[in-house]
Order: sequence, then C-alpha cells, then structure tokens
Amino acid sequence: MPSSTYLCLLRVFLVCFVNHLIQGISADANQCQSSRHRLEPNLTGLPIVTFEWHHVQTPYLVVVWVFVAGLAKLSVIEINHHVTSVIPESGMLIILGFILGGIVWGADKAQTFRLQPPTFFYYLLPQIILDASYFMPNKLFFSNLGAILIYAIIGTCWNAAAVGLSLWGCYEAGAMGDLDIGLLQFLLFGSLIAAVDPVAVIAVFEEVHVNEVLFILVFGESLLNDGVTVVLYNVFDAFVSLGGPRIDAAEIFKGIFSFFVVAFGGSFLGIVFAILLSLLTRCTKNIQIIEAGFVFVVGYLSYLTADMLSLSAILSITFCGICCQKYVNANMDEKSVTTVRHAIKVLANGSETIIFLFLGITAIDSVIWVWNTGFILLTLLFVFIYRIIGVFFLTWTLNKFRLVPIEVIDQVVMSYGGLRGAVAYGLAAMLDENKIKEKNLMISTTLIVVYFTVILQGITMKPLVQWLKVKRAAHTDLKLVEKLNNRAFDHILAAVEDICGRIGDNWWTRNWNRFEEKYISWLLMKPKARKSKDYLFSIFHKLNLEDAMNYVSEGERQGSLAFVRSDEAANIDFKKQFGSEFADAMPDIMVDMSNYEFGIENITSIVKDSVPSVSLDIHEQDMKNLVDDFNAHHLLQQHLYRSRKHHRHKYSRSHFSINQSEDEVQEIFQRTMRSRLESFKSAKMGVNPAKTLTKHHKKEQTHKMSNGHPDGTGYPNGDEDDNVFVGSETSSMSGYFTRDTYIVGAGIENPAFMPDMGTPMQSPPWLMEIEMDTSVAPSQRAQRHLPWTPTRLRRLAPMRISNCSTDSFLMADVSLTLDVHEEQPQRDNAEM
Amino acid sequence: MGGSQSGRVHVFQDLADKTGFSIEQVRNLHDRFMYLTKDEDTLRREHFDSISYLAFNPIRREIIDAFFDKRNLGQNEVGCLQEIEFEEFLTILAFFRPLKPHATEEEIENIRRAKLRFLFNMHDTDNDGIITLDEYRLVVEKLLFSYETIDSENAKAISDAAMLEVASVTMGQMDPDEFYEGITFEHFLQILKGLEIETKMHIRFLDTTTVQCLKKE
Repeated sequence: MPSSTYLCLLRVFLVCFVNHLIQGISADANQCQSSRHRLEPNLTGLPIVTFEWHHVQTPYLVVVWVFVAGLAKLSVIEINHHVTSVIPESGMLIILGFILGGIVWGADKAQTFRLQPPTFFYYLLPQIILDASYFMPNKLFFSNLGAILIYAIIGTCWNAAAVGLSLWGCYEAGAMGDLDIGLLQFLLFGSLIAAVDPVAVIAVFEEVHVNEVLFILVFGESLLNDGVTVVLYNVFDAFVSLGGPRIDAAEIFKGIFSFFVVAFGGSFLGIVFAILLSLLTRCTKNIQIIEAGFVFVVGYLSYLTADMLSLSAILSITFCGICCQKYVNANMDEKSVTTVRHAIKVLANGSETIIFLFLGITAIDSVIWVWNTGFILLTLLFVFIYRIIGVFFLTWTLNKFRLVPIEVIDQVVMSYGGLRGAVAYGLAAMLDENKIKEKNLMISTTLIVVYFTVILQGITMKPLVQWLKVKRAAHTDLKLVEKLNNRAFDHILAAVEDICGRIGDNWWTRNWNRFEEKYISWLLMKPKARKSKDYLFSIFHKLNLEDAMNYVSEGERQGSLAFVRSDEAANIDFKKQFGSEFADAMPDIMVDMSNYEFGIENITSIVKDSVPSVSLDIHEQDMKNLVDDFNAHHLLQQHLYRSRKHHRHKYSRSHFSINQSEDEVQEIFQRTMRSRLESFKSAKMGVNPAKTLTKHHKKEQTHKMSNGHPDGTGYPNGDEDDNVFVGSETSSMSGYFTRDTYIVGAGIENPAFMPDMGTPMQSPPWLMEIEMDTSVAPSQRAQRHLPWTPTRLRRLAPMRISNCSTDSFLMADVSLTLDVHEEQPQRDNAEM
Repeated sequence: MGGSQSGRVHVFQDLADKTGFSIEQVRNLHDRFMYLTKDEDTLRREHFDSISYLAFNPIRREIIDAFFDKRNLGQNEVGCLQEIEFEEFLTILAFFRPLKPHATEEEIENIRRAKLRFLFNMHDTDNDGIITLDEYRLVVEKLLFSYETIDSENAKAISDAAMLEVASVTMGQMDPDEFYEGITFEHFLQILKGLEIETKMHIRFLDTTTVQCLKKE
C-alpha cells in the first residue's frame, strides 16, 4: 500500500509540476508541433511506429529531471560518505547543479531550465513545510514559542529594515554607482533577503546535531519568518506599485494591519484545516487504504486556500501540520501513519533535492547576471552583520525573561545559521521587471547570498560548532525511565508552583493539558485512540515491539520460522487452556503480521483492549500434559503451520495482506512476549532482598535435581512458593510478566518463569514425530546446529543473554534435536 | 513596630543568604507561607489540602511528603516531621531555584546531585537507599493514573519495563543467578545522566513585591 500511495502522490505532484517547470522550453515544443504538421501530408501509409515526443514531452522532461535529482542526491550521499563529509549535502547539490547547468548551457547555448517561482511555491515548497511541521516536536516548539515568535517577527523586520536602509544609505553615498532604484525598492529587497530559509536550515542543521533548544529556535524561526517575509514582501511590493508620493500614514497603518491579518489569519486558517483533518480521520475507519492521502490533500488545501485569500500560506500549512499531528496519528490506522510518515519524507526530500539542484542550475545563465560589486558585497556584509546584531540584541532581551538563558555560544551559532535559500530566490524571481528596473541585479545578489550562506557557512558550520563546543543533541534513544522521570518533573514543578502560589509556566501548561484532554481530544479523537494515546504507554509499546521485531527478524535471519515452531511444547497448552480467553483477541492477531512493522496495531489492540487472562503457570500445565494428556499431540498437529509457500499473495486494490496462518501469528506474538518475560525476570527480582533470593535459588536448584522426570528432565517448580503461582493470572499480555509476584508481595524467583529453561528439556515424545511430519519445514533438522544467538537484540540483550544462558533462541534450537535433549539434565545443572 | 519590622528584615536576610533566594523572594514566600498556615508559625500537612490546584496532582502525596522529609532538610536524620517552619519550607523550595548565571562546573554538579537526591528520596519511601520495584511501581502507577486511560496492569508493566531498562543500563552483563535489587542512588545518577536536570527541575520564583499571586486561590 505505501508504495502505491507514493506513486499516486508522486504522479499528482509531477503532473502539477509539469506545466510550470517547462515553460522555458515551450518554444521547442511548438517547433516540434509545426514540423509534425508539415510531415503529415506526406504520409503515404499507416505508420507502425511513430515518434511522439511532443505528446509526452512535458511529463517526460519532468520525470527525467526528478530522476536526475534522485541520482544527484544518491551521488552526493555517496561522495559524502566515501570522500569527504566537509561540504553539507545542500551545498554539494548546488555545486552539482552548477555542473548540470553547465552541461545544459553547453548544449543549448542558453539556460532552458530554471526554477520558476510558481513551481517552487506551489509544487516544491508545500511538502517541505508540511514535513517540517508534521514532525515538529510540539512540546519543545510551544515551550519556546515566545522566543521563536520574537526572532521570527521582530528579528525579521529588523533585518529587512536594517539591510534595506543601510543599502539605501550606501547607495545615496555613492557606493554602487548608477542604479535605477529607490528607497522602497531597497526595502523590498531587504524584506526578501531577510528571512532565514527553512529548507537550507534543516538541510544544514540536521547534519550538525546541535542541542534541541538551539535547533528548535533556529528551525522554528526559519519556519515562521517565511510567513513574515512574504507578508513584508507583499506590503512593500504594494508600496512600490503605489509609488512613493502616494504613501501616507493611512497606507502605512494599513500595511501594518495587513501584516497581522495575513500572519494570524494564515495561522488560524491552518488550525481550522487541522481540525477538519482530525475530524475527517475520525471517520475513515472503513477506507483506511486512502486515509493517508487526506493528510496531504488537506494540508495542501490549507496552503492553497490561504494563498487564495492572500493570507500567509506557509504559516497556514505549518500550523495545520503542527496541530493535526497528534490527533491524526492517533486516529489513523498504524499502517496509514507509517504511510504518511514515509510518503511525506519522500516528497520533502525529493523537493529539497530538486530545489537545491535547480538553485545551482539556474545560476548558469548569462541573462540573469548583472554584476555590481558595491551592491552585492554590501548586501552580503549587511545580511551577515545585522543578523548577528539582531540575534544578540533579541537574545539579550529574551534572556531577562527566560528561565534557562540562551548561551553566548548558542547565539553565535544562531547568528551564523542565518542561511538564506530558495524562498528568497523565489521572491526575487517574482519581482515585476516593469516596476523594478534592477530586478536582475536583485536576483543575482540573492543567488550570491544564497550560495554564500548555504555553501560557505554550511561548510564552516560543523567546524564552528565543534570548535565552540556547542552543546550537542543528547542521544534520543527513547528510554522509558527518562520519560517517566520527565513526567514526574512536570507534576512536581506544577505542584511546587501551586505551593508557592504562583501562576507560572507549568500552571498554564497543565491547565492547557487538562483542557485539551477533556474537550479537544474528546472532539478530535476516536474514543479508542483516546484510550490508548498516552505517551508513556506508546513508548512502552514501541519498546516492546522493537524487541518483538528484533526477535522475529533474528529468527528469520536464521532461515525460517522454525524457531517459533520448535517451542510448540511450551505453547501448546497455553493455547488449549486459554483458547477461549484468547478468542476475542484472535481476530486482531489474524490480520496481517507478515509485515511486522505494519502489524503494530494488532499487538496493541491485544495489549490495550482485550486484556486476556493468561495463566503464567505454563510449566505446570505442561507437566500435567506430559503425564496424562497425549491429546496434545493431536493439538499440536492441528496447529502446525503450513510451510511458508502456502501463503498466497492476493491482489486487491484496497487490501493488502497475505493470508497467513493465524496460529503462526499468535505464536510469534506469544513467543516474543515470553522472551520479554524471560528477560524481565531479573528486574522483577528487585522486589525482594538479595539473601532471600539466593536462598530460593538454591532451593530451586535442588528441587530441580530431585524432581527428575522419568526421561531425565527436571522441573523447576517444586518450590514451596508454588501455590502462589497456581492460578495467579495476569490480565494483559503486556502485564503478564509482572503481576504474579505482586500478589504475594514477597518477591520470589517465580518458577513460572522457568518454562523457557525447562521446556525444551522435557522433550515431549511428540517432538520427534513432528520432525518426521512432512508438513513441517523439512529444513528443520538441517538448521538445528545453527547457533541462534541474539546478536541484534540490542536493548535487552545484555540481560537476556546473561541472565538466561538458557537463552530462548538457544533452547529453541536445542529442543529440536533428540541428542541434545538427552544431554539436558547435565545442561540443566550447569545452568543452575 | 519599627523594631520588629527591621528585625524581620534581618531574619529574611539571613534566610536569603542561607538558601540563595533574593530577599524579595523570601518576603514573597513568607507571605505565601503565612497564607497557607493561616498566620501560624508552622506548616502542617493539612495546610496543603487547602491548595485547590494541588488536588489534581497525581503525586501530591509524594510531593507533600517531601516537604516533611528530614532527609531533604539537610539534617542527617531519617523520618518525617509533623510540621515545618518557614526556614524548612524555604530549604525545600530552594531545590527548585534556578541556577545562578555564572555557576562553575563543580557547583552545577553539586546542585545537580542535590536535585537528583531530592527526586530519589521522593521515590525511596522507606529510606533504604534503594528504590525497589515496589516503590517505583507505586509512583509510576500514580503518574499514569492521572490519565485514567491506563489500567494498573499496564502501569505495572511499564514500571517493570523501566526497571528492566535501569538494570540493563547500569548492570550490563549479569550472571544468571544475579538479580536486580533496585535502583541505588549511583544508578539513579547514571541513568539520568542525559537529563538536563539543571534546566528541568526549577521554576521561576516571584521577584517583585507584588502579592497578586495570593489572590488567585
């Protein structure tokens, strides 16, 4: 499904993209057409194959360029990997653009391809902004919103005004020679060159990994100030059209007023669309196959609508993405969420590549270059200096109010990170040549500023960050403990504020959260999603899944699903006994698990909804089974999987699943849960003091020895604590390794956790029969010597490996073979 | 009258020196203290109940306990006080004071330790130097219950998983018969290494002499 969606979206994107990009070569197309007309009368018979270039010309060229951009990105990445990582990707792409542009120039003697502003603003920019806002770390963003707004609004206005006025001053002083340009035009130019470009900033800062506050400040500023620049640009553009004399106080006031209307109106519109989108995804349960598309369509609509109303389109799509992400992600199916994530990244990265490439290509053109040393150098200088002044002054003011002041080093990086990019170029290219005589000079200056900032500052950014020892981003490995502690902090801080009797930041945050929880979530979220959206839970869930996936992929890497199968003995009565409880969970699991990444939702639904009660006492049941119930053999056969070949891939437009054996899915699930359980053992030991445990351990051991079974296996459940576990139940899969000890309070090494160690040793007679059973993968025997080491289970691996030398992988393997099984008693002892 | 006023200023100055608050902050907090205690000299648990917003806090019990916990008061004693005076009140609140602008590395490290110790004590209810799974679960459960969307089973599972994480981070390889008893303070420090506590665990104290803050209750 994802790939089909990508294709769809890509196609839409391309078709739209077409018309504008190719304007430059329309003359070419006409020629083609006319030559064809000339040819037609000469046709004497039915042509079998004709060359219909002009039919496909436009889409063809676009696709070829997209393809070239893809190749360019690929090569840039490769070069960066192998040769040098000095130049950031964006800079490399621009340089590559120079080369490609040179080739085109050489062939055509003119630049036939260039970045047209409409193409940029309507087909390349929206998805980049949508991507940035959709993945915006909301908490960070909103807690720094004040600072971001100040930088974005005041900083940008300051930059625009200062650059414009200074240039004008220098012009009046005669530094630029003879130019046909006035104060308003300088201000217009200042406003378009003022904004820090989100595309360039993301591209450079992403590679540098500065700390998250610094990143959000620069990034948030660059996102929001685009809106501001566009507004300023429009205002000054209108002023230029009006002409100097006709501007009076009323007009200026209208300009300022329109600034606020445009900026806040755009943001508001974006929020409205976000609400629409959230409501929409509430009811797309039955058309999950296209719900991912809504995110793009509605996001784009918010952009276009804002543009139509002459509100800030960038701010609109920004707020649409920021506000909808939480609800959309909760409402949509997990698969659709993944689809959106990937598709949005594909589109944004693609656009970004194309933009930088074309920024380079555009430069190779004799038409646009007008050189004026004074103007260009002074612009570069002012842009650089006023950025620094602006940042330092604003930060100085902000630091008086900030709880955590922004450090000087961070300020340096912020000012140095004032990269200009394609937005500035797009705006410059949109200037009206009739009104602004020096348009080409402005374009060339903008291009030079862009190259200077993206390439030179981009290259030096990394060394600078290293040299200044800027605080880098902490590893963002999601850790449950940290998240828990963070939540504790939130509550503690709020409580202390309450005690101090102050309405502070935490008070607002908390009350907003409560309000959001109560009303907004209620309105915008599915009831079911609401129930399970808790952040901590989702992290827990993710960790679980990661483990499960690692486990399964580890098994698969080794060849087949035999590792699941081999553990049948332990699972069997599990199933039999609790089949009924599982019944409600089964349909969920039955869905497609073949694709583990997308199967997430299925597990979740078990974890959070069905809450089946499962006895932990697998092992004891096993024993009983072995003794008196040979029915198990029967059961086993029933539940054996067909080998993988039997999974038929069906074609369907709207569903995409593989008809997989439901048992297998369930087994995989149980298996992973068991492995978690196993690895968890040590942590739960924490319940009781050390000595008790050691004691238990010894007891355990002796029991094991004495409890020898006829076939030479021991059961680890002779402990007197046994009664504790008999009948103790857990009510959810996720909780299932946790509860039992809690019932007693005294921590015990729970014999019920031993099955994975013990089970294989039982080597139930039927196991041998399985091996002869043709319905089992024939390779089983062949595989038995593979050591199944969980090398890739990184998170819990240390515990699992160490704690259970009877690692489940190992045991799964071991249990397959009869000879190994016979050595089990010794093995067992050795382990203990 | 004038004499008592200046005497009070003197006392405040002392307290300000001791706790690092500014004298305005001390004065504001004193007002607040008197408001909470209804003009008594000591603060008791039930006084906290009058703070209406606190009622929503899922871990208010732990937080209030922290105010009466002798361990947090700089005395090397264990146990709980029944009532605290203004100075103790300030001492506790001083844990939430923002960093001084030009603190040295060592000072930061000390403050960090103190803050984490405070947090640790909040978890370690029985004061044996170890946060056992029991204790941890209790807190986690409360934290999660505020959302009423997670049942206690899941809360337990989450606390267990968190504990497991701690174990795997701090202990590394464990022998088969080893088990993790609980989080010691050293481990606690270790796992929260990445956490910028100096930027997390503090609030803004009122500097000005306005008392509008008191009117909201």
